[in-house]
Amino acid sequence: MRIQFGLLAALVVCLFFGSLAVGPEPISLWSSVAAALKGEASIPAIILTEIRLPRALIAIFAGATLGLCGAAMQGLLRNPLASPGLVGSSSGAALFAVFFLYFYANNTGNWLLPLVGMAGALGATVLVYALAGRQASITTIILAGVAINALATALMSLLLNLAPSPYAVRELVLWTLGDLSDRSMQDLYLMLPATLLGWAMLLGIGYQLNALTLGEQTAGTLGINTNRLRWRVFIAVALAVGACVATTGMIGFIGLAVPHLLRSLVAHDPGRLLPASALGGASMLLAADICVRLVPTDAPLKVGVVTALVGAPFFLHLVLRSRREYL
Amino acid sequence: MTLLSCKNTSIVLSGTTVVDDFSMQLSAGELVGLIGPNGAGKSTLLRALAGVYPVQSGHIRLLDKELSTYSTAERARHLAWLAQSGPINWPLSVERLVALGRTPHQRAWQRTSVSELGIIDRVLAETDCQNLRHRDATSLSGGERARVLLARALASEPTVLLADEPVAALDLAHQLQTMELLRNFAHNSTACLVVLHDLSLAARYCDKLILMDKGRLVAAGSPRQVLTVEALREVYGVEAEISNEGIPWVLPKRLI
Repeated sequence: MRIQFGLLAALVVCLFFGSLAVGPEPISLWSSVAAALKGEASIPAIILTEIRLPRALIAIFAGATLGLCGAAMQGLLRNPLASPGLVGSSSGAALFAVFFLYFYANNTGNWLLPLVGMAGALGATVLVYALAGRQASITTIILAGVAINALATALMSLLLNLAPSPYAVRELVLWTLGDLSDRSMQDLYLMLPATLLGWAMLLGIGYQLNALTLGEQTAGTLGINTNRLRWRVFIAVALAVGACVATTGMIGFIGLAVPHLLRSLVAHDPGRLLPASALGGASMLLAADICVRLVPTDAPLKVGVVTALVGAPFFLHLVLRSRREYL
Repeated sequence: MTLLSCKNTSIVLSGTTVVDDFSMQLSAGELVGLIGPNGAGKSTLLRALAGVYPVQSGHIRLLDKELSTYSTAERARHLAWLAQSGPINWPLSVERLVALGRTPHQRAWQRTSVSELGIIDRVLAETDCQNLRHRDATSLSGGERARVLLARALASEPTVLLADEPVAALDLAHQLQTMELLRNFAHNSTACLVVLHDLSLAARYCDKLILMDKGRLVAAGSPRQVLTVEALREVYGVEAEISNEGIPWVLPKRLI
């Protein structure tokens, strides 16, 4: 088990340096790192610290958040198709962020944006929970989530529909696709507090998710307060995913696919899947963001599009595999 | 010593009174069988005793305290509940699944200790599950699964075990083995309340039987006292023959 975690961590480190090395401007990684460490104001050093480093770090934190939250939601709801966005956190965050960009700001670097995103994510989560009721079954929660997600998507479409100019529409649409380019350290600092708070809330829930393997009622008799666990996971996911979505836009499939991919690596243990999915999510987003820069396209490719393009065939593969198992 | 008792307990589920003014007690060293027709409220009573369902009225006491005053974690260290065909949501190995029974005794970051591994070995052996140890728990047959889940419940080393139909899916040999296991468990100054449908098996192994119908207590006492031709006619609507000597066995003959 240790070996798997070591390999995943090594993969994150490799991809991190890969992400620093790749970009439109060919700079030597080692000389620019050396220059940056010496504090030189040379162009390679500035490209490294101002452009590529924030981008790589945001990819690590956002990817890890999506993977971790996906694993937490799947463990909590005991459903391999649950995703961090299931209880409305990503669409809520996106809706509020789009709303904010639409009326108040025209750049993504605004310091209020992560707060607005978190407010949207928390609002949507609380709404889902209130809609489902206190002693809700998992199906009711999922249904409430679907309803709130649909509402958020509809309101976002309305905003796009009523946008004053085609240029504004383009800005908003591009933003919802999910993107890591042109982010600064400022963006990272804005997103970090809520993200890390969300992570901290998820610390130590592994054994509770393990007990949930036996169902909520049995987990209750094993000493797990299942109601409190639900709240804890929902709020943690809303905080962490809300802050990430507000910074990067909506990046799909990582939260869904990464826990899926890694589950057999940790012997299907829902608790161990949490750190594994965090590492896996960071790797996947770093890799997708490198891919975006390597594929030459006329308009810059958005990272959310790449994760979706990779994610869809992956699910086709899952469908085919489960068909084989039932035959 | 009374380990678990309930007094004038009523449970209402979506408007229906499922358990009605029920009183019973479970003493140390006792294996007690809870019997009654389908829908009598046996499983609901068991869930209430395990703290899974809230009770509308009455008192449930575990050891020397009211059950509702226990924290979830504290209650779990004394009491184990074995659900009737409970779910197994992820394909964990049997060994890992049984180890989940140790949850009440572990802290968040604690790994399973050597003495706990010994407990897991022991319960796997007692339930005849050693050869299943590395199997995926979701791929087991109904009977194997029932034994593994029983091993899980025993692994928490409870003072009181509440088992809901643990032998329903088992073959003859494993039925006897499981009942013997439950009797040994109970006689070790702990106690076990077990829901059973096989009345002969219940009579053979249980120290006491509790007969329940429509949420109410019909009879409680030794198997000989509880299992009478009249009671079976009244409660199950079945004409049955009951042996006169030794341990009673029940032969159902026809519907009335």
